[in-house]
Amino acid sequence: MSAKTANRVATIVIISVAVFIVALLAGLLGFILVRGIGHISFDFLTSAPQTIKAGGGIGPQLFNSLFLLVLTLIITVPLGVGAGIYMSEYAKPGRFTDFIRLIVEVLSSFPSIVVGLFGLLVIVNLFGLGFSLFSGALALTVFNLPLMVRITEQAIRGVPREQKEASLALGLSRWKTITSVMMPIALPTIITGTILASGRVFGEAAALLFTAGMTSPRLDFSNWNPLSPTSPLNPFRPAETLAVHIWKINSEGLAPDAAQIAAGASAVLVIVVLLFNFTARWFGRYMYKKLTASK
Amino acid sequence: MQATQELGLSAKDLSVYYGSKQAVRDISLDFEKKQVTALIGPSGCGKSTFLRSLNRMNDLISGARVTGEIWIEEDNILDPKVDVVLLRQKIGMVWQRPNPFHKSIYENIAFGPRYHGIKNKKQLDEIVESSLRKAALWEETKDRLHQSALALSGGQQQRLCIARSIAVKPQIILMDEPASALDPVSTAKIEELITELKQDYCIIIVTHNMQQAARVSDKTAFFYMGDLIEHDHTQKLFTNPSQQQTDDYISGRFG
Amino acid sequence: MQDKQRVVKPHIAEEWVGKIYTLLCIFFLIVTIFSMVYFVASKGISTFFLPNVNLLDFLTGLKWAPEGSPPAFGALPFIVGSFTTSILAALIAAPLGICAAIFMTEIMPGVGRRYLQPVIELLAGIPSVVYGFIGLSVLVPFLRDVFPGQGIGIAAGAMVLSIMILPTITTIAADALAGLSHSLKEGSYALGATRWQTIYRIILPTTLPALLTGVVLGISRAFGEALAVQMVIGNAPHIPKSLFESTSTLTSVITLSMGNTVSGSPHNSALWSLALILMSMTFVFVFIVRWLERRSKV
Repeated sequence: MSAKTANRVATIVIISVAVFIVALLAGLLGFILVRGIGHISFDFLTSAPQTIKAGGGIGPQLFNSLFLLVLTLIITVPLGVGAGIYMSEYAKPGRFTDFIRLIVEVLSSFPSIVVGLFGLLVIVNLFGLGFSLFSGALALTVFNLPLMVRITEQAIRGVPREQKEASLALGLSRWKTITSVMMPIALPTIITGTILASGRVFGEAAALLFTAGMTSPRLDFSNWNPLSPTSPLNPFRPAETLAVHIWKINSEGLAPDAAQIAAGASAVLVIVVLLFNFTARWFGRYMYKKLTASK
Repeated sequence: MQATQELGLSAKDLSVYYGSKQAVRDISLDFEKKQVTALIGPSGCGKSTFLRSLNRMNDLISGARVTGEIWIEEDNILDPKVDVVLLRQKIGMVWQRPNPFHKSIYENIAFGPRYHGIKNKKQLDEIVESSLRKAALWEETKDRLHQSALALSGGQQQRLCIARSIAVKPQIILMDEPASALDPVSTAKIEELITELKQDYCIIIVTHNMQQAARVSDKTAFFYMGDLIEHDHTQKLFTNPSQQQTDDYISGRFG
Repeated sequence: MQDKQRVVKPHIAEEWVGKIYTLLCIFFLIVTIFSMVYFVASKGISTFFLPNVNLLDFLTGLKWAPEGSPPAFGALPFIVGSFTTSILAALIAAPLGICAAIFMTEIMPGVGRRYLQPVIELLAGIPSVVYGFIGLSVLVPFLRDVFPGQGIGIAAGAMVLSIMILPTITTIAADALAGLSHSLKEGSYALGATRWQTIYRIILPTTLPALLTGVVLGISRAFGEALAVQMVIGNAPHIPKSLFESTSTLTSVITLSMGNTVSGSPHNSALWSLALILMSMTFVFVFIVRWLERRSKV
């Protein structure tokens, strides 16, 4: 085979692989949406699931997923941003910094099921928080934190050095420089990254099986007292999320329409993740335009 | 030193190292109040590094080490016990590329004074106006103080940066090639401004442009390969330098 | 001077607030990782203090019957299951991912950035339970029709995982290829080499450590993935004779059994030992990745 022919064959193979990957995604999304979207209705999104009868919905699961995401972000964002600021602004090259980098790397490589088990052992049992939204949020924090640290660190490193110097030269403290000059510039990047990370958190199930639990109590959506066990707002109640629900009905679903419910729930999950993805993209582009157009 | 002139800032045996490389070698140099001193020399001669040591901006660069003494009034800037934050308030700085904050014109100026304790709105308004006036920017911006500073032209941004630095009432202003990114008209405005400002401040300016040095400065220091070759009255240095290297440089034989 | 003393304080206090706050966040990270290692390790090691269980038998034993009498704790089937599925997944995903990266950097960078890149990012964003669900409802029936067996097993697991790790491998490969200096490629083109000759003689060998980094990270992710694998692998606790026969992985057996055992029971401890193996492998993968990264910097 001549070099020219080899080149042509290789190019064709590589282009076919690219086309194949695009087709694969189209196929996956198409399958999920075609199979599931027919099953999505207002009733499906708001009513409670049935164990052995047909016609169950995913209302509480959807609510749990969203609530858990909010709780997780409330805990993760301050911690992740703080640690990210440390890594980009305070860490001096040396053993301690190398060690923290190793920790972040290891933490981000831990399988989520191991994070879930740790949650079961320490948060659920040792701290006595039981299977609850709060336990789940803490487990997801462990799972999400390394990502937040990286997002923040990179965003702050991306701030032009002249901006930082200008503030310091005015006689501002480092901390004030970080919070008042650097953070506003880094914020769009941090927000974009956080939205993408939220998609990941929203779809996570393995870390939640043994922390947020696999059941959801009967919720009374008219009860807004966060201390009541049937209130949806109570963070100390068990909460099966949408992703966990999909897993559960696939492995032990008894309802006759389990397959359709799984398809519908998967479609909802994918749609939400896509929404996060597109929002992040849109927001990133919007902020970029806004910041560059005014120049 | 001339007893008639007050000293603004004085460097003694100043050396700067990046890792093991010495970028600035044992430089002693005095800067007088109400004067403009230009630092000239080919790229990489250490003039910018020297300038950045004067307000300890080199602290930010990992691996950079500064030795020697820098005196401003009764404080040695390089003394580790000195409060860098307070010190930097006394020394303003203007960079090569305009770097206004991503805030409104008003906020760019008010940001520093407010941090240093001026909370009164009226007082801040006054500072903003007087700083912008001193920087010859008031007429162009007084109707759009609350618009983004990034919407200004490059030359206006640079004058805003000068206004921002004088708003915190420094004694000394360091300028690192302040006009090198600007068009000739803006450059002329900045030079005019420097001449105005020297009535109140001690100004140290790094420049590539020898004509500029000759136009704006009272004294000129010529740097080469990390050494201070010659320091003299600008007119003397440009017309009758005492060192051969200076002569070669200003007559364009290298650099 | 006295005036100075008075002015000093607020900003010094402010600096301390910043330093302490950020350090506390770092401290939280450190405490988390150490307690994870400590708790999982102490639980996992406790199994080996039980009578009739030792580490060697645990790692090489073929029989897993923790509730039997006498109970047997042979974890080899799970270890084999985890390694075969994740390595097979990488063998499928690596060529695809590297081709995709070449497409994005060498063949059609414009189209690559505009279309392929977002596609890869979306693939990475699809939750693992959804992959499991698709595997179960499309892939398994397909494999059942085409190959002997029930469709579940290592082949199904590896195929699902390969799609899940494709983004990791592609992204890292694309970064490595994009970071390559132009002069290297131009030198090759100047000698009259075709694009493909340049790619496989110059580009791939130079970026090999970085490409391998992506592959190892992919394997690491596949090794730890739980639910998607558990849904399609069949969960029989033995070493299968074919790729289309039901088997288990470390993660799948933990996922299925952990909820049904009593804390402190031998069965429960044995599951923690499996988790300890998972965690130790994470460290192994991280160190391989670091070693490869050092190689690719040189």
